[in-house]
Amino acid sequence: MDFYLVQFLSGLAQAATLFLVASGLSIIFGVTRIVNFAHGSFYMLGAYLAWTFVERWGSDVLGFWGGVLLAALLVGALGAVMEVLLLRRLYRSPELFQLLATFGVVLLVQDAAFGVWGPEDLLGRRAPLLKGTVDILGRPFPLYDLVLIALGPAVLGLLWLLFNRTRWGTLVRAATQDREMTAALGVDQARLFTGVLFLGSALAGLGGALQVPREAVNLHMDMAMVVEAFVVVVVGGMGSLPGAFLASLLIGQLQAFGILVFPQITLVLVFLFMAVVLVLRPYGLLGRKEEAPPPAAAAGPPFAPTGRRAGLAALAALAALAAVPLLAGEYALIVLTEVAILALAAASLHLLVGFGGLVSFGHAAYFGLGAYGAALLVKHVAAPMPLALLGAPVLAGAAALIAGWFCVRRSGLYFAMLTLAFAQIAWSITFQWYGVTGGDNGILGVWPPAWAASRAVYYEVTLALVAAALWALRRAAFAPFGYTLRAGRDSPLRAEAVGIDVRRHQWLGFALAGTAAGLAGGLYAFAKGSVFPTLLAVPQSVDALVMVLMGGIQTVAGPVVGAAAFHLLRTTLMASEHWRVILGLVIVALVLLFPQGIAGFARRLWNRGAEA
Amino acid sequence: MTALLTVDGLHAWYGRAHILQGVGLTVGRGEVVALMGRNGAGKSTTMKAVMGLLAERRGRVAFAGTDVSAWPPHRIARLGLGYVPEDRRVFAELTVRENLEVGRQPPRAGAPLWTPDRLYALFPNLAEMKDRRGARMSGGEQQMLTLARTLMGNPSLLLLDEPSEGLAPRIVQQMADAVRTLKAEGLSVLLSEQNLGFAAAVADRAVVIEKGVVRWDGAMAALLEDGDARRAYLAV
Repeated sequence: MDFYLVQFLSGLAQAATLFLVASGLSIIFGVTRIVNFAHGSFYMLGAYLAWTFVERWGSDVLGFWGGVLLAALLVGALGAVMEVLLLRRLYRSPELFQLLATFGVVLLVQDAAFGVWGPEDLLGRRAPLLKGTVDILGRPFPLYDLVLIALGPAVLGLLWLLFNRTRWGTLVRAATQDREMTAALGVDQARLFTGVLFLGSALAGLGGALQVPREAVNLHMDMAMVVEAFVVVVVGGMGSLPGAFLASLLIGQLQAFGILVFPQITLVLVFLFMAVVLVLRPYGLLGRKEEAPPPAAAAGPPFAPTGRRAGLAALAALAALAAVPLLAGEYALIVLTEVAILALAAASLHLLVGFGGLVSFGHAAYFGLGAYGAALLVKHVAAPMPLALLGAPVLAGAAALIAGWFCVRRSGLYFAMLTLAFAQIAWSITFQWYGVTGGDNGILGVWPPAWAASRAVYYEVTLALVAAALWALRRAAFAPFGYTLRAGRDSPLRAEAVGIDVRRHQWLGFALAGTAAGLAGGLYAFAKGSVFPTLLAVPQSVDALVMVLMGGIQTVAGPVVGAAAFHLLRTTLMASEHWRVILGLVIVALVLLFPQGIAGFARRLWNRGAEA
Repeated sequence: MTALLTVDGLHAWYGRAHILQGVGLTVGRGEVVALMGRNGAGKSTTMKAVMGLLAERRGRVAFAGTDVSAWPPHRIARLGLGYVPEDRRVFAELTVRENLEVGRQPPRAGAPLWTPDRLYALFPNLAEMKDRRGARMSGGEQQMLTLARTLMGNPSLLLLDEPSEGLAPRIVQQMADAVRTLKAEGLSVLLSEQNLGFAAAVADRAVVIEKGVVRWDGAMAALLEDGDARRAYLAV
């Protein structure tokens, strides 16, 4: 009994931190309608800054708490700066751009933190006067955690007062419901939003600063926390503070007790919980139905099926690519093989994003599952390569069929979050199921058989399979199936009114995209000779989105061009220590300056030339 | 007399659709002008374009002697231009009291000063539901709240978009009384209307637009006399 009580209390302490961060995310989302990926980075920065301040002044009570507060305020100021410089330009952009832009900030902050504080975990000083423990039914419990437990409800109360008893709070709530009307009544939204970003980011910074005495500060805190905070906000209901509080409590307990019952799959539990909640209560526990779910990607001009000339051009390009081994060296073939594989992965995602309007934030899961499918077949049943390459899309497609059934039940942002959740579940399984997947050691020795062992032969095999898969995807996109997907993207209501089962088509599209990504993953496993859980992780999913965006969402050739450009850029940058900064800047620049992507930009130039 | 609001050569687009094709009109100090025309003639679009709510617009809008053509909506509102949208748009999650608070602006010289108590006196229905959320009010109550909320900004000119649309006759009567009271307070009003009866009851002057162009401009009484114009532009 006493043991369970202590476990319950640590769950509450964890919930307090979770609530601080999630409430900030929720407030920012409520007003700006932007899901701020950088929120986890602000949490991490809060921790790093507080660590520095507490090391310097934290020996007495005033210095410690002053340092924590200063860290939170500085992080809040950074959030305000981000609003002014970046977010303000994106309020009218499609959600995908907003998500990617804030992800660019994640990369920038990561590199800055790495530069300032270095790669080592930093253990912080403990809070003066609160270093000891108290006896709870004969078991020791940290005093500091008791303070945290009290802090959660205190912050909820203060936020409630702020939003319900002050003019500023009333204006923020009004802007949450109708930005345009609020502006027409004389409220300067720009200033209001900057203030909201300050408040929300400061809450994240506070959450991070308060973690310093509890755990080592490290460079992985950002993604870990932002994903958890998303789950809390989605489970509680977007924009609902009491919902975020309730969800924090539930998830804190789920983690505290889940680790006792299923130590292997604690991560899965949280995401499973979210998936169940979203299917049962689509708008979260305390969320309200939204007037109109914001579109994930803007409907663009229709895709025109390319004519004969473009088809011949594609064939010529393929022939040229097939002839490359006659000229190029080994290294070029390795890179080109990877480009071909990534082109297929990006094209499969493009089917969802571009044609279906469904922004998946977990597409890497199917790529990774394909890679694992192939690797597991090789490893455990010594399957020959053709069988393993068949198994890859089958496993990924089956997983996409299951996940898709849940995901297509929701649209817009919730769809993105659900795909993220399923990707995290898949990642957790590969990461934590040591016996089968080898955990973070991955699976090694997945090489092609002797006949395909040379780089040139494997390149040709890859090229042939990718070309066939791309052709199949194109066929699907310009078949009635593809037109139906687009109808569901542009007007689900009208599509349903003329008798189209939008959800079923989206589900099939999801499964098809997953299958194609799985084939790419299988090819990738044999190209690299090994697979690791990172193949399924969030950054990988974001990479795929960046490829699609780089190429241009509203172009058919976009994903192929984007994958090539992205991979060549990354291969060149890998040598640089600051590739994260550069990639981050590239993402931000793309979103702000070239929202139509490389292929879209080229097409516009082409059209302009044709008109002149 | 210099006009309080002068609109000159106003164009506006929704995507590729060219909705306003050079609208020009004026509203004098203390004047009530009815902007009339059929559905889709461009009445609401004119209001939105004047208020700075449309991204794609061109032309000149001068208010209180200041060119506000390129201003964002909140600055135009702070200059004393109050906008009451046709689709009401009360903040559904906010109470009546809070809705009024959002509209509050500092007192303005040369414009009537409004407080919640004065507005509750003007709209007694609202006084009975100060803590009710917008979502739980009837259409007529919402229309009154929208007007009251804009008045909290102490405007000198009111843009009133379709105040009688979709309301019960009894409520329409109350709205007409309210507009006359506002005029008596010295407020200028530009209201868009399809309902000739309502317009005739409150307006001094009428401006008729069709397909984004002004077709008729003159005293309300003259429009009532001019059967040809009424039949041609208003189909009544």
